[in-house]
Amino acid sequence: MSAIVQTQKLRVEYRSHELRQATKVALGSLDLEVNVGEVFGFLGPNGAGKTTAINVLLGFVPPTRGAAYLFGIDVRQPIARQRIGYLPEMTYYYKFLTAEELLRFYARIFGLPRAEADKRIDQLLKLVELEQARKRPIKSYSKGMQQRVGLAQALINNPDLLILDEPTSGLDPLGRMKVREIIQRLKNEGKTVFFSSHELGEVETVCDRVAIINQGELKATGRVSDLVAQHQANLEKAFLDIIGYQTQSAS
Amino acid sequence: MNTIWALAGVVIKEMYRRKDFYVLFVLTALITIAAGMVNFFHDPKIVRYVKDICMLLIWISALLIAIVTTARQIPAERESRTIFPLLAKPVTRGQFILGKFFGCWLATGIALLVFYVFFAIITGSREQHWPWLTYLQAIWLQWAMLAVVIALSLCGSIISAAPSSTTTICFIAVAGILLVGGHLNTVALHQSQPLQTIFYTIYFLIPHLEWFDIRDRVIYDWGLVNWLDCVLATLYAAAYTGLFLLLTWLGFRRKSLNT
Repeated sequence: MSAIVQTQKLRVEYRSHELRQATKVALGSLDLEVNVGEVFGFLGPNGAGKTTAINVLLGFVPPTRGAAYLFGIDVRQPIARQRIGYLPEMTYYYKFLTAEELLRFYARIFGLPRAEADKRIDQLLKLVELEQARKRPIKSYSKGMQQRVGLAQALINNPDLLILDEPTSGLDPLGRMKVREIIQRLKNEGKTVFFSSHELGEVETVCDRVAIINQGELKATGRVSDLVAQHQANLEKAFLDIIGYQTQSAS
Repeated sequence: MNTIWALAGVVIKEMYRRKDFYVLFVLTALITIAAGMVNFFHDPKIVRYVKDICMLLIWISALLIAIVTTARQIPAERESRTIFPLLAKPVTRGQFILGKFFGCWLATGIALLVFYVFFAIITGSREQHWPWLTYLQAIWLQWAMLAVVIALSLCGSIISAAPSSTTTICFIAVAGILLVGGHLNTVALHQSQPLQTIFYTIYFLIPHLEWFDIRDRVIYDWGLVNWLDCVLATLYAAAYTGLFLLLTWLGFRRKSLNT
């Protein structure tokens, strides 16, 4: 299988501008490969470096050392982002636009022809169940509706790779189920999904493979079933073992 | 170019869906109409005072719209985190800056056109005289001057993350240039060294925005500015706009954006 997302000895340091403040290493030397067509879970506790890795992949943060590639193209080239969709953890969009206007704006950025953009906008608004609210400004939407607009914008270019940062964060159970359904649907269509999450049950349900990082270092990577079998427990217990967390009962 | 125009379109939509422009326009209209209704000393040339007040209000309003709209663009994108889904698409930082610039410039141009149409209607109805070419020159030169102001504000918004401080600093800088920029060389003549050199350096470095102010020609019907001078002024504005946009891009292209 060919790697669609690849990082090679990726290191990110944040230098403090204040005196006597040490440089913070957000990522040590991350080697990661995500193959075409798989749903890949990127796990780690808060501050582990998940968001930093995603920020590098999206070109928001330059790597201090090492390299990252999307579709074999260096992430510093904007063209590397032509075939991806991205849903950030907290979704905020131009509140003065309607969902339809927002999607049309992003469609223009991808250079979609008008007719194709219209068709795609209709399909996506139907998919995320926002057809009735398409002409309403986003400022009037609930949090769940805004997250669904976010998902629609991430899919506007019919991406081959979807990067989701905590996609179900702050959603009610119904919203979570919808997101899971959409991920499953994309997987069935042969799309690659790379997502970070704290919801281990969700990861166990939808992911083919996972990577677990802690303090900027890759601790484990492999198929969910293999990790579970190796640790003779569910994914949550395996995750806690891998990051070195001792539960009270164990200690 | 499609990306740049798409970005510019969002800025224009933002302007006409916010209340700033309407408030400024209504205020300008009310003050001008009120001034136009008063006939001091039965002066037949009273319309000049109305023109003077209206032009001053147009200049202040246009500067306010340009600076306030521009100064909040990048900080607001970062604060509301809309910049992340945007830059996760195939948009370069240069396109982002150019999109914001053209959006603010076009939005200000639309506002300026509305103000001048109002000005033409008010003064034309009193004087029965419409010097369209003079108005055209006045709009064009003011718009060219606003391009420099917008690029300067965009540059300021990269340095300072707070839109309020960028707005204040830019407004003071622009007002300073407009009011005293043209006199700095005269002031320098009367200074001893090293102040003289400092004043001269500032005089030759700053963009002379006051050169674009042809309000008196409009108010007193002094006729057209030489078209060649208009072209040179446009090139002068384009050079400073380009310089400020380049500085903005240099400051923004390597900036880390943490979600």
